Amino acid sequence: MRKVAIIGVGMTKFGENWDESFRGMVTEAGVKAIQDANIKGDEISAGYLGTMASGSLVGQEHAGALIADYMGLNPVPITRVEGACASGSIALRQGVLAVASGLHDIVVVGGVEKMTDLDTAAVSQILGGAGDQEWELFMGATFPGLYAMMARRHMYEYGTTEEMLASVAVKNHSNGVNNKHAQFQREITLEQALNSKMVADPLRIMDCSPITDGAAALVLAPLDSATSYNEKPIEVVASEQTSGTLALHDRESLTSIKAAKIAGQRAYNYAGISPSDIDIAEVHDCFTIAEIIATEDLGFFAPGEGGRAALEGKTRIGGEVAVNTSGGLKSTGHPVGATGVKQACEVAWQLRGDAAERQVKDISYGLTHNVGGSGATAVVNIFQRGY
Amino acid sequence: MKESISLTWRRIPERYKMYGSKCQTCSSTYFPPRSLCPKCRRKGKMEPFEFSGNGKVYSFTEIHAPPSGFEEQVPYVIAVVELDEGSRCTGQIVDAEGKDVKIGDHVEGVFRKILSDDPEGPIHYGFKFRLKK
Repeated sequence: MRKVAIIGVGMTKFGENWDESFRGMVTEAGVKAIQDANIKGDEISAGYLGTMASGSLVGQEHAGALIADYMGLNPVPITRVEGACASGSIALRQGVLAVASGLHDIVVVGGVEKMTDLDTAAVSQILGGAGDQEWELFMGATFPGLYAMMARRHMYEYGTTEEMLASVAVKNHSNGVNNKHAQFQREITLEQALNSKMVADPLRIMDCSPITDGAAALVLAPLDSATSYNEKPIEVVASEQTSGTLALHDRESLTSIKAAKIAGQRAYNYAGISPSDIDIAEVHDCFTIAEIIATEDLGFFAPGEGGRAALEGKTRIGGEVAVNTSGGLKSTGHPVGATGVKQACEVAWQLRGDAAERQVKDISYGLTHNVGGSGATAVVNIFQRGY
Repeated sequence: MKESISLTWRRIPERYKMYGSKCQTCSSTYFPPRSLCPKCRRKGKMEPFEFSGNGKVYSFTEIHAPPSGFEEQVPYVIAVVELDEGSRCTGQIVDAEGKDVKIGDHVEGVFRKILSDDPEGPIHYGFKFRLKK
């Protein structure tokens, strides 16, 4: 297996992009990544595109072919992959496998979701498809509701508080202020978060990531030739994907996402490092409780300690491990298929030293943690400098 | 999500009477039912198994932002219930607000209307839960 590097990154502004189309956003992100990689379009030999629900959200299936066409890449094969909110990371992993195998040299990876063409109720319904439609959603559960039940159990078992949950949102909004791609470039206070509208008790609107349009893209190449394209390639040291039960009720524990925990352990093993070696992590904070559980599953903090660690500032820039320097899903926004690719963009910018005001100093390793649904798919990637 | 008439019809034994499945090889019970035991896989042998509907609240939430079809019911309580015969499932807790429910509370199954997602279409029925006095 060859070692693989990211040689180009690019993304659109995340937000309510009323004037942007599905195909337009992928094209914009793709062109930015290709420019960043200093490659010619003719050098691309394959592509992978992550989108969870383009068929339901914009009525467009066959998205791989659409993008090959609109990027002017025909007859390059572009394959659409789907794993709910982890679709983007799965696309990245497929690209890594394609380059590592030796079959393809230059591979483009995209992630996209166009979510604001429909109203909120319709979008919520479609996102519900990431859970068990017949046995969770049919009964009246919602995605905030499923994560609320994880939060309730975390509170019951470990004494986690609403204040701890809210502190995650406050921190991520603070990081997002310095991210020009973020949907919400503004601070919020703990009081605002704690007094925001209830969505699914104990989760309030400020515990929830928003509905967002956006796309992100990467260009991958073999590590041994990566510096001939970009002087600062980022090596993908490990990329692990796991599955768990589709329905939340079938999990042994509601206070940990087992699939993500295993993906993390496998990624650390493959990379030959431990959780304490990670300096920055982009984790899947679709809800505040999800970030708390992620920091425990990834071994940054002991089970039950994630909430306290967040409240004490251990996950801020300058803390023990900088979590969601981009602003996370909460502040950057969560165009579901784009999120995993955006996470990799952020880690690449941080490792290159290109993260401007939100730059973390002295980084050796960066990690991305991307979860589909309530935890039925998980992808954990580890990155380091390839130069 | 609008459910088709055939899907609703197909799920009648499970949703009306809480028929799940039990693996004759390892004795594990499953609700909702499965055709393959995930522990024994091809060595397993699944048979239909009727659950009593009795169980305990494992976790719960009160939904304030409902999916379409549930607007008239908000706020309502959704729980993960640990069934007495093993296995957990998701369902509503009726005749209660979130403040009335605690983790560990005993519940019993009741037959209720779940939703009618189309004025011209079928009414979907199924199980919900009620706190035991």
